[in-house]
Amino acid sequence: MAAGAETRAATGSRATGRVVGSWRAAWLRVEAHWTWYRRYWRSSLYSSGLQPVLFLAAMGLGFGSQVEAGPATGGLAYVHYVAPALLVAGAVQNAIGESSYPVLSGFKWQQDYYAVTATPVTAGQLLGGQIIWIALRVGIACVVYTLVALLFGAWLNAGALLVVPIGVFAAVACGAAIMAVAATTYNEGERFAAIFRFLVMPMILFSGTFFPIEQIPAAVRWLAWISPVWHGTELARGVTLGGLDVWPALGHLTFLGALLGVSAALARRYFYRRLVV
Amino acid sequence: MSGETADPRTAAPTVTAPMVEAKALVKRFGDVEAVRGVDVQVRTGEAFGFLGPNGAGKSSTMRMIASTSPRSDGDLRVLGMDPDLDGPRIRARLGSVPQQDTLDTELTVRQNLQIYGRYFGLSRAEVRRKATELMEFAQLSDRADDLVDALSGGMKRRLTIARSLVNDPDVLLLDEPTTGLDPQARHMLWDRLFRLKAGGVTLIITSHYMDEVEQLCDRLVVMDDGRIVAEGSPSELIARYSTREVLELRFPPGEQGGVADRVAEFGERVEELPDRVLVYTGDGERALEQVHGRDVRPVSSLVRRSTLEDVFLRLTGRTLVD
Repeated sequence: MAAGAETRAATGSRATGRVVGSWRAAWLRVEAHWTWYRRYWRSSLYSSGLQPVLFLAAMGLGFGSQVEAGPATGGLAYVHYVAPALLVAGAVQNAIGESSYPVLSGFKWQQDYYAVTATPVTAGQLLGGQIIWIALRVGIACVVYTLVALLFGAWLNAGALLVVPIGVFAAVACGAAIMAVAATTYNEGERFAAIFRFLVMPMILFSGTFFPIEQIPAAVRWLAWISPVWHGTELARGVTLGGLDVWPALGHLTFLGALLGVSAALARRYFYRRLVV
Repeated sequence: MSGETADPRTAAPTVTAPMVEAKALVKRFGDVEAVRGVDVQVRTGEAFGFLGPNGAGKSSTMRMIASTSPRSDGDLRVLGMDPDLDGPRIRARLGSVPQQDTLDTELTVRQNLQIYGRYFGLSRAEVRRKATELMEFAQLSDRADDLVDALSGGMKRRLTIARSLVNDPDVLLLDEPTTGLDPQARHMLWDRLFRLKAGGVTLIITSHYMDEVEQLCDRLVVMDDGRIVAEGSPSELIARYSTREVLELRFPPGEQGGVADRVAEFGERVEELPDRVLVYTGDGERALEQVHGRDVRPVSSLVRRSTLEDVFLRLTGRTLVD
């Protein structure tokens, strides 16, 4: 045995690593994502920032110019009606995208999740960091959208400030659900393409984003009721246009909260199942 | 460790205990038993090897020691702690080099090191200093701000090893550290591992390359089918399970039949492989003369020293790398 080893044996451990607290650990993951984002934010600019703005221009201003203010829009111009809903729809799409292939890559292609859980950081903290990061990233996109929409004159009052946290809340609830799916995906992620096409796209189209769900035949209207986008949209319209009572508002918040809680719990379970085997 | 006298005023209880102690360790995946009752002790400052073919249970054992995989049965102490109860505290003092590099390929060499160091609770200033030092160690300083994606396989492997040292670990776990590397890159990695060992780091290495284990390890266990089939230093194992020299005889395809029986008396033991016959003997040259005297005409012959490969062949009847 080397002499150096005995010297160290007498002085104890030489290791400098220590366990960090759970929130701190999750935040360190956010820092890592931020390092990546600083380098690559431009390439994500279209999907997360520009696309909702283009939709607002086309639907709110262009198409909206042909829509008469009526009972469905609360007597307001269409741009006021559609602006908060587009924020929610864009935020949800953004979060779902970021929770699918990028998360699967951590398990499957890049496999950096395995590198992280070989440190004092646990699989649960890794997941927490991922959720916080997506909230932050979606939040940035929502703020950008809100400012551009302000230039379009889409907001009527300061209630617009609340649309951002509502959008982030709905987005994170959906994102956590997709993370649970990603953690149980072992192939190349073909199911994400199906989810985008057959779940996300119809959800955006038929959740009261562009027209009230009362226009949907009663027999299938329940599909809108279980859509997180609809709950987020109702809240977002409520704070900007008014007309939302306390009890329905609490109902929407509870639905989104439940979705987030159940999804995060499932995701946590599947993250552990995949990373700690 | 029992013979060592540590200063009782400064020695922590974990220091006098072995770095790793496993008793009847078992790992099951569903119905498959990957590790079937393994007993090992790894002492402070030694280089310890797990040698065996693919699927022998080396990596499963390694992941349990790394405290990233819970054991199914048996007892395990790493740094004196139970991985089931103290996983994060153990991992804070370990370095881990997995089979896959698991680097963030979209970030730079420096960023990979700095970010990883933060997970061990190091400050920004500490990880900056440490990253510079480790890039020097891994000869990657001139690639500091290049994306990992652009590095060669050998460089990525060196970076993965450098990353595992960011917390100055007490124990470094290396799972197949040189698989897939060219000879030059392997020798460079071995050189780095020798330096770490000289610096007092306890090394635990899995490999299916017997030369790697022979070069690096003070002590090793040979694993096969989830069990330990032999334990000792490389030279002890060779002395115990093989002869000093080996005579290798090669024949044209189809002409090897019956040769093993005809030359059996010239060695202590004869092994027949698909492409050659091995004669285990204390004196290979003399055995070769005797073989020629018996009018056996191989295409080529080779006298060499026994290796761990011969030990493995003796113990399992198979070669390490198929």
